[in-house]
Amino acid sequence: MKRALQIVPAVGLVGLLAFVPTFHFGLGKLFPGGLSTPGTLQLLAVCLVFSGVALSYDLLFGFTGLLSFGHALYFAAGASVSAIAVTKWQWSFWEACLITAAVGLALPAVVGWISLRTSGIAFAMVTLAFAQAGGIVVQKDPRGWTGGSDSLSYDYHHVPAAFVGVFNTKNLYWLALAYAVAVFAIVAWAVRSSPGHVLQAIRENERRVEVLGLRTRRYKLLAFVLGSFLATAGGVIYMLAFNGANPGITTPDFTLMLLVMVVLGGTGTLWGPILGGALYWYADQRLVAVGGSHAIQGLPGVLRTPLSQPLFVLGVLFILVVFFLPGGIVGLGARGRAGKRGLRRLEAAMRRTPEVGAGESA
Amino acid sequence: MSTFLLLTITGLGLGAMYFLVASGLSLIYGLMGVLNFAHGAFLTVGAYTTWFAESKLDGISSVTVRFLVSALIGLAAGAAFAALIELVLIRPLYLRHIEQVLVTVGVSLATVALVEGIWGNDARAYTVPGWVRSTTHLGGTSIPNVTWIEIVLAVGVLGGLKTFLRYTRYGLIIRAGVENRAMVTALGIDVRRAFTLVFAIGGLAAALAGVLAGIHFSEVDPARGTSLLIFAFIVVVIGGLGSITGSAVASVVVGLSQQYVNYYSSGIGDLSIVLLLALVLLARPATLAGRTA
Repeated sequence: MKRALQIVPAVGLVGLLAFVPTFHFGLGKLFPGGLSTPGTLQLLAVCLVFSGVALSYDLLFGFTGLLSFGHALYFAAGASVSAIAVTKWQWSFWEACLITAAVGLALPAVVGWISLRTSGIAFAMVTLAFAQAGGIVVQKDPRGWTGGSDSLSYDYHHVPAAFVGVFNTKNLYWLALAYAVAVFAIVAWAVRSSPGHVLQAIRENERRVEVLGLRTRRYKLLAFVLGSFLATAGGVIYMLAFNGANPGITTPDFTLMLLVMVVLGGTGTLWGPILGGALYWYADQRLVAVGGSHAIQGLPGVLRTPLSQPLFVLGVLFILVVFFLPGGIVGLGARGRAGKRGLRRLEAAMRRTPEVGAGESA
Repeated sequence: MSTFLLLTITGLGLGAMYFLVASGLSLIYGLMGVLNFAHGAFLTVGAYTTWFAESKLDGISSVTVRFLVSALIGLAAGAAFAALIELVLIRPLYLRHIEQVLVTVGVSLATVALVEGIWGNDARAYTVPGWVRSTTHLGGTSIPNVTWIEIVLAVGVLGGLKTFLRYTRYGLIIRAGVENRAMVTALGIDVRRAFTLVFAIGGLAAALAGVLAGIHFSEVDPARGTSLLIFAFIVVVIGGLGSITGSAVASVVVGLSQQYVNYYSSGIGDLSIVLLLALVLLARPATLAGRTA
């Protein structure tokens, strides 16, 4: 019963989000236009994709304690492989999805198997190197497949008509919403399953888990492949949202962006990355609009230049969160609740103590 | 043969730049356990300050003197920026390694964005003495002079660092700190002052790499720091975290293989480095545990 009640706000939120394309009003300057306009829906769809991808990264970083700097590789693989399959190989979209899924499982299995020979900071460096290799492959443009430093536009004949064109942005939005919900459900289920408990135990104390006779590397590989596969799936939807793949998502900066999303929202939580991913992308896109606004342009140069750079603002915000808000945005609410709960318990305990003493004396 | 000579020497030049970035990274990691993502930002700060100083110092008529003075200002700025980051942002998070990494990530993002905001995305070029950009004939091939400068300066930094670590009081503290920091602290030595020093040295070497990269690639751009940093990470992992000599050997190996493979197989040198890293990890994962400065 208690479990069922916990689900109610989530279901309500998803229900509300599902009806956004039917809301024909705007929210002032918060969005580029009315809620049902393609511009706003596209922005929201990408926000939802990043919610899901950030959560897939949190499965590694927050729940298992694996600081990977190569998560961009799997996201970019999802976008690139599906775009290449429909455009260069002229495959149907569903065939493209199949091959992308195969890559999304095989690539992290191989890379994870090698990089999990190391741990901690060395693991971070090694995953970074592999992601960089992926970025280089995209830049080198083998056989003209990836488009090099230009983005690769998809061939719209091979993409389902429901996702092509400005008019169909609402379908894309629903797809992104479904993706975010699916990632949330899968990660929530995974971390509550018994292997999921092992993962969190590895995060707390890996040696102790080894002493219990569990092969930690196998569990870590499982988390690595699952998280990466979910990111690959997000890459396919990103590809649909931007009509193709672009080399920007293969850079190490992209993984750093995921890290910022997770930490801003709240590491090791389910809701944190969902919020962080959406807020980061929203801020990154809308701060440009704010930066160009009269209020900012009227400021003296010393203030104007930094404030018109979204990444500067987000980078500074990130440092502030690391210093002063270790639980992220979600932690802010949880800390307040935990504090109140703790006080109540303390109060109850203090009330009980004299009664126990009285009982003894009688 | 002449091509081979050219590849070897330019490979050594590239390796020299990797070493300048990697030596600081390796020392910082060895002593403090901090994976310093802000190292690329130190490089960027050094490179841009040099360029900025050069544009302001047009009162000095001699190009050589002006460039040297600007480069010194750039190096000082890199060292000061690094020391400041350590004092203000790293020190309060003492021993919380993941948070320290996160903070350096934030610094790296914010610095690159700020530099882009102030000077734009366009590449800038230094005004250097003519002989720096010309070439030397040797063994039937022309070798860019900047390569020699890179090699000489990197060897100088290696020698200087080794001497510093071997013969000075702070060098002793750093060497001991890399081996066992708790023991150094237990002996009543404030090891934290060595942290700031190591950051300043790392920042100085990175700024030097930034200036050299500005000449080598004929331009200063905001993304250079990150791209060099990644190869420096690979060098540090191959060479053994915390080892200066290891970094030196690994940067030569990485620089050379990159040049050779790039020439003999249509431009997959960068990929071969990642493959090399994978092979090293598969062959002896213990390389990552080696810690002697």
